[in-house]
Amino acid sequence: MTPSESNDPIADLISGRFPDARGRFGPFGGRYVPETLIPALERLQQGVREHLQTAAFQQELALELSSWVGRPTALTFAGRLSARWGARIWLKREDLAHTGAHKINNAIGQALLARRLGARRIVAETGAGQHGVASAAACARLGLPCTVYMGAIDMERQAPNVDRMRLLGATVVAVTSGDRTLRAAIDEALRDWVSDPLETYYLLGSALGPHPYPYLVRELQSVIGREARAQIVERNGALPDAVIACVGGGSNSIGAFHPFVPDRTVDLIGIEAGGRGAGLGENSATISFGRPGVLHGTYSILLQDENGQIQETHSVSAGLDYPGVGPEHALLASAGRARYETATDEEALDAVRALCECEGILPALESAHALAGARRWAAGHAGATVLVCLSGRGDKDMPTLQKTLLSVKP
Amino acid sequence: MTKSSGTILDGASRPRRGEAHDGPSTPHETISAAILAAKARGEPALVAFLTAGFPSRDSFKQHLQAIAEAADVVEIGVPFTDPMADGVTIQRASHAALAQGVTLRWILAQLETMPRGKTPLLLMSYLNPLLALGPQALASSAARAGVAGFIVPDLPFDESAELRAAFQAHGLALVQMVTPVTRASRLEQICASSQGFVYAVTMTGTTGKNVAVPAEVTRYLDAVRSRSPVPVCAGFGIRGREQLELLRDHVDGVVIGSALVEVLEQGGDPARWLRDLRGR
Repeated sequence: MTPSESNDPIADLISGRFPDARGRFGPFGGRYVPETLIPALERLQQGVREHLQTAAFQQELALELSSWVGRPTALTFAGRLSARWGARIWLKREDLAHTGAHKINNAIGQALLARRLGARRIVAETGAGQHGVASAAACARLGLPCTVYMGAIDMERQAPNVDRMRLLGATVVAVTSGDRTLRAAIDEALRDWVSDPLETYYLLGSALGPHPYPYLVRELQSVIGREARAQIVERNGALPDAVIACVGGGSNSIGAFHPFVPDRTVDLIGIEAGGRGAGLGENSATISFGRPGVLHGTYSILLQDENGQIQETHSVSAGLDYPGVGPEHALLASAGRARYETATDEEALDAVRALCECEGILPALESAHALAGARRWAAGHAGATVLVCLSGRGDKDMPTLQKTLLSVKP
Repeated sequence: MTKSSGTILDGASRPRRGEAHDGPSTPHETISAAILAAKARGEPALVAFLTAGFPSRDSFKQHLQAIAEAADVVEIGVPFTDPMADGVTIQRASHAALAQGVTLRWILAQLETMPRGKTPLLLMSYLNPLLALGPQALASSAARAGVAGFIVPDLPFDESAELRAAFQAHGLALVQMVTPVTRASRLEQICASSQGFVYAVTMTGTTGKNVAVPAEVTRYLDAVRSRSPVPVCAGFGIRGREQLELLRDHVDGVVIGSALVEVLEQGGDPARWLRDLRGR
């Protein structure tokens, strides 16, 4: 603890004292990277300071968000699903954003920043492929070359997105080292960046990594919560009782939660991937089962063994299949401002079916975890109002759905 | 931040490995002394890297002893699941060691039961396995095992205060890295705080490549050396005699990592390979 902190870390978060000058959200965050990357991160931090909150940058970003991304995204009242599950369910439709998920909010914002910083090329990692597609699209839009690292296992289960990235002009590199999923893809993207830290811009896709990424990504994703808060107040006449979002690295959830943090009557609930159950390697539920440690540049909560080795993870959804979580979530959890639960593979798949049947919307498997959490919440809160962040659409998940929901006779 | 307590200092001031005569009195000084002794003989010191438990757990002590006889300082790699600063060779060795159940606790236990040689031993570890043990427990068990210091590639100077304080209490070195892209003012600060030696990374990139030694690299190394109060060793991509000759007048030592791991991978004799590298 540093002496400048107050006794209320949530007040420090709301007032903007967190992240502090060292990139800390209370004890979490920081900058744990090889020395080679320090100048690049300092330059990025300076770029964030000089550009991000200026009127010129915000106008440029706002124009791209409205005219190219398609924002604001809709807020949909899920009437038939509400009738089935028992609470009043509202959906923030990030699945309607260009390229099919919330990832584009961050990708276009960072690509605009990278261009201002004079980057010659962009590297990105991707798990489900949504951040890769969003990065490829944003780079094409701005005329920047883009290389995306993707785990070999993810390339197989999210095959449609691999071809989309290629069509959008990106080079997709299969990562065959490590666990061959998102975590290995981040390792490999970092290795690329460390080889050319001065001219390459690393477009990190989640609210994690070394400072200033957790702050930068949260700022760019907070458009979700800002829009949703205004929309639901207007349409519902009041704030919701709860906001629910899925948590892998935690970018859609931090974007949905952050504008609601000061509204202390609103419960913030993150749903992690419970996979096949509570055992080691059976899930990706970092906050539920992990301990503090350092991975990919940040001090946060990790799934690790007693020797500090990072654990293999499992989730039916590639986008949640990650053993860490952003440092701001670690703070929200430790301060009790948000709570984190799990939804299993099976519960998520059931939620996919329910949303398809009731509302005519095919959700991403990631977002289906948030829906599964909403179903559980609804069972105990009949008639109450919940806002669910529908972070993406499920077209990319067809290979997995063919092997699961569609292979079971109805 | 945690302050080192008096009791830890008292516990650490008992005699450890090191020479009894006028030589170095703390573990970190044994590292600088070994490098400068080699340099005084007219050759760059060899800091040789070995992934603990690679190629097998059973051969660890034997390889370590052989390498320690041929090198001036040994850097023992603690395997980690996510070695982000390393190239494919050390990634492979790291995963192979983990698959055999090699842990930091196991490494420290092995070292504790080995006879203490004159070659200083460093542990190279990513931060998370060190945090799992905890800074205080780590420092005291490392000192007990005869370790002289640490290299932590994902711990930049700015985040190092807590670990540095724990090490300091036991006289253990925290070797800092500098790179060709490190700003001058920061270089100054890092050199002033590094113990044992300054690890001058020769290039931007991961370990295991084959580095060219153009004039800009030697100029950079000269600049590091002019600022550093402790010896300067170059590392990353150093594989052979030719590079050694080009670097000779610009460094106090060189770190040999991936090239030596490859010798082990191919079933070669690492000590003999190091002697050949030295040309004697």
